[in-house]
Amino acid sequence: IACLVMYLFAEFDDAANLLAANPDATTISIDEPVEIPKNQHSRLQEPGREEDDELLGTDDSDKTELLAGQKKSAPFWTFEYYQTFFDVDTYQVLDRIKGSVFPVPGKNFVRLYIRSNPDLYGPFWICATLVFTIAVSGNLSNFFIHLGKPTYHYVPEFRKVSIAATTIYAYAWLVPLALWGFLMWRNSKVMNIVSYSFLEIVCVYGYSLFIYIPTAILWIIPQKVVRWVLVVFSLCLSGSVLVMTFWPAVRDDNRRIALATVGTILLLHALLAVGCLAYFFDAPELDFPAPIIPAHNGTTVTTKSH
Amino acid sequence: FPGLADVSISQDIPVEGEITVPVGSHSPDEDYSTLDEPVKDTIMRDLKAVGKKFVHVMYPRKSSALLRDWDLWGPLVLCVSLALMLQGGSADSKDDGGPQFAEVFVIIWFGAVVITLNSKLLGGTISFFQSLCVLGYCVLPLTVAMLVCRLVLLAGAGTISFIIRLIVVVAMFGWSTLASTAFLADSQPPNRKALVVYPIFLFYFVISWMILTFTPQ
Repeated sequence: IACLVMYLFAEFDDAANLLAANPDATTISIDEPVEIPKNQHSRLQEPGREEDDELLGTDDSDKTELLAGQKKSAPFWTFEYYQTFFDVDTYQVLDRIKGSVFPVPGKNFVRLYIRSNPDLYGPFWICATLVFTIAVSGNLSNFFIHLGKPTYHYVPEFRKVSIAATTIYAYAWLVPLALWGFLMWRNSKVMNIVSYSFLEIVCVYGYSLFIYIPTAILWIIPQKVVRWVLVVFSLCLSGSVLVMTFWPAVRDDNRRIALATVGTILLLHALLAVGCLAYFFDAPELDFPAPIIPAHNGTTVTTKSH
Repeated sequence: FPGLADVSISQDIPVEGEITVPVGSHSPDEDYSTLDEPVKDTIMRDLKAVGKKFVHVMYPRKSSALLRDWDLWGPLVLCVSLALMLQGGSADSKDDGGPQFAEVFVIIWFGAVVITLNSKLLGGTISFFQSLCVLGYCVLPLTVAMLVCRLVLLAGAGTISFIIRLIVVVAMFGWSTLASTAFLADSQPPNRKALVVYPIFLFYFVISWMILTFTPQ
């Protein structure tokens, strides 16, 4: 089955390249259902839009796959260079978010949604939203957990915002940098069919963090089981997006290196989720009163300090 | 210029005349001689401009006065007063209290700069300082909310005061967002409006959160 999946990946890559060359062609492949032109059609038939601008935008981004290297031709010290990284419309951002939350098995996120138009809008604002969501949800959850206690005085815990910001932005930028460097190094040794640019990797990581936003909001529920189920669920969704993106890039390599790469990606992703849960959200278990020590006072109630 | 093609000035006709424009002794040219006016006039002119913009924010109409004559006095005054009012919270030695003065300042100004950059990168046609001006002035409803919250907290800190504060802050947050969107949304490309409005929403949400969670010590 693994071989069949790899074969389907290869077929899909070829089909995507052919389709980019000729966007209006219908591709018929024996193994895959005809889903690629359906995707194009759904974009064309979306109601209630300024159709002409969007169609031109979509076609342009398809054609620019051919003109690879000619798209971002402005020198890097001009403003126009950075504007090319924000060349997305509302529906494109929403589509990419949808693609990260509902990963379709067999479809590569980068090929399907990014299509040589990586943007920095999604990663930046998803990270910003995630930072504030985690800080606010953690604060709210702690407030509800400690609500009835007489010794509790509410503090807004504003320091944690800067810690959350550092962590999440470091993850969203440094891990893609490391991964890109690693993939470039392996590319020089083993010829891979699929290779990603740095911005595409940043894009995938940024959009894959989106699922943590509703997860963080749901983490307010002070039940341990619920929280861990949410962790596993969101990890499966975003992890599968990452795996399906990066497996084609390493599958031609040495077996063990490929598995180690994918495993490290998943491990770091899991560490981020578990770390945020542990640091920003207090444990919801009730405090147990210590056994009565008759030596000094009548009753001694020691609460678990945090 | 086709009409002047057949006009030629012969070399031996001397061109003479006066090119000085007669200036009346009391012509109204305040634009050039504000140096001589009393200081009160200067200050009152700026104050009136700031006040007019405050009125524009509280009753947002489709007027371009806010955009045309931008100034950053109003945002500065609002930012400083908001940061001052957010002090006096859990400002003792505990680390995880409310935001410090510098933090509020940085969040408001850095946030406004980032949102402006974002809207310009997405293809907006508004200028940098005009956008900063609008975003800064639209903090006014939230400053009013902070004032109301502090007054309510003087009366007590129970559940009823929390509900009152919540309603006031939510209402002012909506007002801020709608006011700034009314001024800024027109300068964006039509299929990217939501991409520009969302960061503004996030910005005022963070400020509202800081206001709502203010607890006096």
